[in-house]
Amino acid sequence: MTTTLEKPAKPAPPKQVDVPSGFRFTRPRAVAAILVGWLLLFTVLKGKQTLSLAAADLTDLHRWFNDVNDSIGANRDSNPVFQYFFNDIRAAIDHLAVFVQELISQPPDGRPLPQIGWFGVVGIVALVSWAVGNWRVALLAAAGFTFLGLQGLWQESMDTFALTLSAVLLALLVGIPLGVWAGVSDRVNRIVTPFLDFMQTMPTFVYLAPLTLFFLIGPASATIATVIYAAPPAIRITSHAIRAVPQATVEAAESLGATRGQALRKVLLPMSRRTVVMGVNQTIMAALAMVTIAALIDAPGLGKTVVQALQSLDVGTAFNAGLAIVVMAIVLDRVTTAAADRERGDFRWRRHLLAAGAVGVAVMVYLSHVYVWAARFPGSGQTGAKIASAADSATTWAQDHLSGLTNGFRDAVTTGLLNPFQTLLTDSPWWLVGAALAGVGAVLGGVRAGITAAVCVGLLIGTGVWSDAMTTLASTAVATVMVMLLGVVFGVWMARSRAVDRVLRPTLDAAQVMPPFVYLVPFLALFGATRFTAIVAAVVYAAPVAIKIIADGVRKVPETTVEAATSAGAGTWQLVTKVQLPMARGALTLATNQGLIYVLSMVVVGGLVGAGALGYDVVAGFSQGQLYGKGLAAGLAIVLLGVMFDRITQAAARRTTR
Amino acid sequence: MTRLRRAVLGGVVLSLALTGCGWAKVSDMAPAAGARGDCGTFNLAVNPWVGYQADAAVVAYVAANDLGCKVVQKDLKEEIAWQGFGTGEVDAVLENWGHDDLKAKYIGGQKTAVSAGSTGNEGVIGWYVPPWLAKAHPDITDWKNLNKYAANFKTSESGGKGQLLDGDPSYVTNDEALVKNLKLDFKVVYAGSETALIQAYRKAEKNKEWVIGYFYEPQWFMTEVPLVKVNLPAYKTGCDADAEKIACDYPVYDLDKIVSTRFAKSGSPAYDLVKNFHWTNDDQNIVAKYIAVDRMTPEAAAKKWVEANRGKVNAWLK
Repeated sequence: MTTTLEKPAKPAPPKQVDVPSGFRFTRPRAVAAILVGWLLLFTVLKGKQTLSLAAADLTDLHRWFNDVNDSIGANRDSNPVFQYFFNDIRAAIDHLAVFVQELISQPPDGRPLPQIGWFGVVGIVALVSWAVGNWRVALLAAAGFTFLGLQGLWQESMDTFALTLSAVLLALLVGIPLGVWAGVSDRVNRIVTPFLDFMQTMPTFVYLAPLTLFFLIGPASATIATVIYAAPPAIRITSHAIRAVPQATVEAAESLGATRGQALRKVLLPMSRRTVVMGVNQTIMAALAMVTIAALIDAPGLGKTVVQALQSLDVGTAFNAGLAIVVMAIVLDRVTTAAADRERGDFRWRRHLLAAGAVGVAVMVYLSHVYVWAARFPGSGQTGAKIASAADSATTWAQDHLSGLTNGFRDAVTTGLLNPFQTLLTDSPWWLVGAALAGVGAVLGGVRAGITAAVCVGLLIGTGVWSDAMTTLASTAVATVMVMLLGVVFGVWMARSRAVDRVLRPTLDAAQVMPPFVYLVPFLALFGATRFTAIVAAVVYAAPVAIKIIADGVRKVPETTVEAATSAGAGTWQLVTKVQLPMARGALTLATNQGLIYVLSMVVVGGLVGAGALGYDVVAGFSQGQLYGKGLAAGLAIVLLGVMFDRITQAAARRTTR
Repeated sequence: MTRLRRAVLGGVVLSLALTGCGWAKVSDMAPAAGARGDCGTFNLAVNPWVGYQADAAVVAYVAANDLGCKVVQKDLKEEIAWQGFGTGEVDAVLENWGHDDLKAKYIGGQKTAVSAGSTGNEGVIGWYVPPWLAKAHPDITDWKNLNKYAANFKTSESGGKGQLLDGDPSYVTNDEALVKNLKLDFKVVYAGSETALIQAYRKAEKNKEWVIGYFYEPQWFMTEVPLVKVNLPAYKTGCDADAEKIACDYPVYDLDKIVSTRFAKSGSPAYDLVKNFHWTNDDQNIVAKYIAVDRMTPEAAAKKWVEANRGKVNAWLK
């Protein structure tokens, strides 16, 4: 979900500037012409060549995927690739994961509790936060981790923390060197980028089953699933950071006789440190986002609590566990952010204080190893029970009082917007939709974007799930429109008022980290098992990122421009619509891009609440042997949709901000 | 700072000691449920529905407390659990619903699994309506009358037809073929998860909404909202032979247990327990209710049931 893209450069003047009057063929007009042509042909050709496929039907490609899957499973034990490659990787990762688990979360053999108890963990977390950041985040970290215990979720939280730690460690071990390499070599960067896109947009459900096939059920598979999802941000951001170091500085170092290795160690890495730490931050966040999904292959921790609570529709318990994930994410986010911001050159006493603190923490760790009160979190988790029952009553209230209202809204959006759009996409002949997509791509993003779109359309047809892909596309587009509406309204509001920003930002953070599984039950109660429920879930997940990007973009509009407009007599409305939004055009395009990618990453979750189409195919492939290949194909289709829109919007962003 | 830190630390330690936590040592605690006797480790798959959780909780409780096994419960979907038979990571699956494809692949083909007999549970699959609806329109429980009511079941998802709501993709379902072959004016809409299905029924009963969909027994939700089954044309042996042409109700499934071949030959007492494990739908429903409705932990629920049904449990241990 955290596809990090190169931000387009500074916002440029509004496009209207280079659109002279008269009958010139402008971009908006070209797009309009394509759409009108599409509509005209649609009325004639409706229902022909739609390539639809029933839920249980398979294509040859799907069967072939099934066969490959089966033969791997059947020949696993005799295959040398497994005996000498996968099994070794698995063993190594298993050792690491089990080691971390036995340290803080799982009892090792011959001991009823893990090596380090809660008292020691809180101490270590506080000390490390202080060492890499400052005393304020150390306090926050200690308070946050203690709160996890008060919630009655100490063991589950530590399981999650252990999984996150091992996955992030591995992701950085692979990601940072790869990122540095991609940073210094354009060729490597070009090769690596499509793989990263693939890793981030491929729905995790698709590779969970194959992962257990390759790496068996257990900590190794859970860790690897998390690494696959969490490594790309580290690679991308490291590479971006290396590239952002001014060329002149590197040249200066080299002219002073530094070798390439020295330039890397003494100049490039130190100068990009801050950004690299932000990459670490993104990797941690991505790893935490995988917690609930990994629970489906028996990863222990908070995710399991969420998934199990969902089976009996226990919103309160799911919320309590979700909140623990949010708390852990906020602590880790603030600590890494503080680490990135910390200035070098500390005051003299810091080192001595840290050493003293380390001694204190060593005592804490010792106590937590030996004595029960420091090993097992005391109390019965009453805070958690209270949170759960409060969440329960809030949900019940909302369900009882709002469902009349919400049903009306749902039906209006579904019949007014979603159904016509979906019909247009699914009932047009495939070649017509394909031509329109490629055409719009070419107009908005240039010839190369048009070709990319055409290739993606071709591959989509190859996956055999074209019709489902078009259904998903319709929902995705509607969700993205809603994300952008919210993004503009709240983004501008946040940019114009510090107070609003201060209130909204933590809420947005929480919405991004709260596992979507938690809010599925209340949404199902409000909107039923419908495509609209899936859209709402996607909007909740994707809107925060769009809002943040737009808020930043609007805030960057130069003060002088705003003042000039105000002094020329522009009212607030005029100021926003004529000056601030047009000048933040680059941010708007980036927000659309990210909004779309985030919405697409929710397609599978949507499949769990009635969205059908690709999301359902993926879930079904994970659940039923015969549908495995179709699920894989549906996963590929989601990737293709993602790549297509990413390329078009990025190319469009480059053109509009030229 | 250090002195302060130490002082605070000392204070915390002291106060905890005084409030009765004492200085009990970790090393004096009973070790974690470890292996006693010759049972060793018993890897039990737990598939994601509450009824199965109930089976697993009871078997795990008995295996740990009566046989001294180290029970490792693994939360897995069916497909992945069966995969684990071959690799030795899963010893037993306690509640199998048909799944002829998996049986063909793992029992017939790879020979990594064998059946360990019936659980005693009867699996009923079918179409259900909320109780209020069956009361208000008693003739709705006959499939022949469904078309009469089709318009009432319309939703934003069903494209002008009545909506027949299906649930989790791992369910065994013939519903699309049934709708077609029985010439019903309905469209199958996939809710995508059991949660979505239960929420739909719960809401329908509460607000008197029209919902018809796929459901199954034994299921804890039946103790909360006793759904009413709609009668489809009766099942006769072989009427479901051709998946495309099915026009009859689902058979009653004899739910069975599947174990890995390795486990069956191991001589572990846990295998004998799994093999002898046998109870009724009512037994399962009550444990499932403890877990899902009364919010007890699976272990506590199992303990409560086992203590009340010692006779049944002893029969499994013979």
